[in-house]
Amino acid sequence: MSNQMIGYIVVFGVFVLFLYIAYSTRATRTDDFYVAGRRINPIWNGMAIGADWMSAASFISMAGAIAALGYDGLAYIMGWTGGYVLLTLVLAPYLRKFGKYTAADFVGDRYESHVARTVAIFCAITISLVYCIAQVAGAGIIMARLMGFSMNVAIAIGIVIVVVSTVMGGMKSITWTQCAQYIVLIIAYLIPVTALCLKMYGHPLPQLAYGDLLYKIVAKEQELGIKPLYIEPFTKLTSSDMWVLTLILMIGTAGLPHIMMRYFTTPTVRDARYSSGYALICIGALYITAPAYAAFQKYTILYEVVGKQIAALPEWVTAWGKAGLITVKDANADGILQFAELNIHRDVVVLSMPEIAQLPYIVSALVAAGGLSAAISTADGLLMVIASAISHDLYFRMINPKATEKQRVVLGKSLIGVFAVVAGFFAAQNIGFIVQIVAWAFSLAAATFFPVIVMGIFYKRTNKYGAIIGMAGGLLITLWYILGVKFGWPMKLNPIMGIKDQGAGLFGLIFNFLACYIISNFTPPPSQKIMELVDHCRYPVKLTDEFDEFH
Amino acid sequence: MTMTPQEKEDFKRRLEEYHKKNVQIIVVLVIIWFIVSLGGIMVVRGLNEISFLGFPLGYYMGAQGSILVFIAEIFFYSKYMDNLDKKYGFAE
Repeated sequence: MSNQMIGYIVVFGVFVLFLYIAYSTRATRTDDFYVAGRRINPIWNGMAIGADWMSAASFISMAGAIAALGYDGLAYIMGWTGGYVLLTLVLAPYLRKFGKYTAADFVGDRYESHVARTVAIFCAITISLVYCIAQVAGAGIIMARLMGFSMNVAIAIGIVIVVVSTVMGGMKSITWTQCAQYIVLIIAYLIPVTALCLKMYGHPLPQLAYGDLLYKIVAKEQELGIKPLYIEPFTKLTSSDMWVLTLILMIGTAGLPHIMMRYFTTPTVRDARYSSGYALICIGALYITAPAYAAFQKYTILYEVVGKQIAALPEWVTAWGKAGLITVKDANADGILQFAELNIHRDVVVLSMPEIAQLPYIVSALVAAGGLSAAISTADGLLMVIASAISHDLYFRMINPKATEKQRVVLGKSLIGVFAVVAGFFAAQNIGFIVQIVAWAFSLAAATFFPVIVMGIFYKRTNKYGAIIGMAGGLLITLWYILGVKFGWPMKLNPIMGIKDQGAGLFGLIFNFLACYIISNFTPPPSQKIMELVDHCRYPVKLTDEFDEFH
Repeated sequence: MTMTPQEKEDFKRRLEEYHKKNVQIIVVLVIIWFIVSLGGIMVVRGLNEISFLGFPLGYYMGAQGSILVFIAEIFFYSKYMDNLDKKYGFAE
């Protein structure tokens, strides 16, 4: 059987599995559609959050980013995990107790304002749509690269799978398919590097073994005179830039609507807390392994590729060279490969590992299936946010409060179809730009949702004036800083303290918190009813009849 | 359900105490969260001089140590709140 055939069979088989799960868990009730009937046990919910969270970028590119950025790249490792601590401490349990469907529900109800709700809806849609475009593009890249489809065909296939599993049963199907997707993606991620570790060290724990490699990498770098050293901090980012990036990624994680939404699916407040713990174990399994990938790759490059005859490089180097992801240029024409003559694309670190570890092709196919699972499971969750923002927050809560459950679910399903096509259209365009926007989504989430929700729970005095100005101002300041620093539009800005566009959220975040505090104190306090709503969110048990109608 | 004024006072006090204890533990855990991640970045050069489990410690904290502490913090908080919920009669 040819390799391409094996690839098709593995990926096709995995997709059939996902579609079967989606079909057998389909739902028709509103509750099932938006919050999976609030019956998801914390371990399964943790897995679903993990799949929802880990995108094509986490799976394919993160290890490569660490290999390229060295210590500075660990901003992504800490940033994309530390947010879950914040979620558990100051957001998730309270949002679950609040007990409705979306983050915009909380903002609109807590601040008794359709303006606040509208700003929240706008932020949720913007953040989720750019993020979703990147997922569809990611799925396209993986299929095109590993299976030889053209990019447009690959994107179309990706969209069909996403739409079918989402439309079939909303949040309920998504939760169960995401659990399956998590299992596929984590197995696919762990096998290649574990196999290589077994070969080199005789035990299957690359996460513990690569400390030794780090010292070996540094020794070789010193021998070859390569600078800066791999573990040397602050060589690609300044220390303040890395610090702010880590902080913003953490706070942004806690403010992303598609992650918050998952906490509405647990049966109790207690389960919401534990969900985070299980989610972080599931996510940590991949994130702790990513720097190991980077180290094994770096070691292989330094010890088995650099310094060799260019005519006799390992097979995988030539293969990925043909795909255009590794370039070898013999600048001094001595027939030997120097470190500076080698250029490696980030994605190669994960994609080439099965070949480096000399595993059969079926493992490469499994890696492709894992990357696709990561992309598709994230896209599912994001489309759910967009669909619920429009069908629930905008249509039901603001335009037509008399809409029946059926109308809302039908509208939600149609919107998923529409936005999947929109995302596919953009994904087929300029991809580099989209990846850039994803980094900005964290800044936007950190500057908009996080402050108004945290203040809404922990500072009763916060009112709608503070929240609206805080959220809208946070959004505008962040956009203004990004555009000014990156494009010099509408006016050129110099980075403040070396903070580049990725950390832009810091300024919006600070403004948002200050606005919530100061403006609220100079304007009338929120009503008694809101004070009771805040109390309702703070305690796991029923306090008043009025707010507990949703249970 | 109607409460006597005395019961109402007691209930209110319980609510306030529960919330205060919740906020206290949150502050402690946020400080730990800050130290292991953002604090680690600030002193990474010094930590890298130390070897831990065969890793330079600064690199280890960024790549692995911080995540393990995060996971421990979440489970600790969940357990802590289980007890608090029970103690104050707010368990679901």
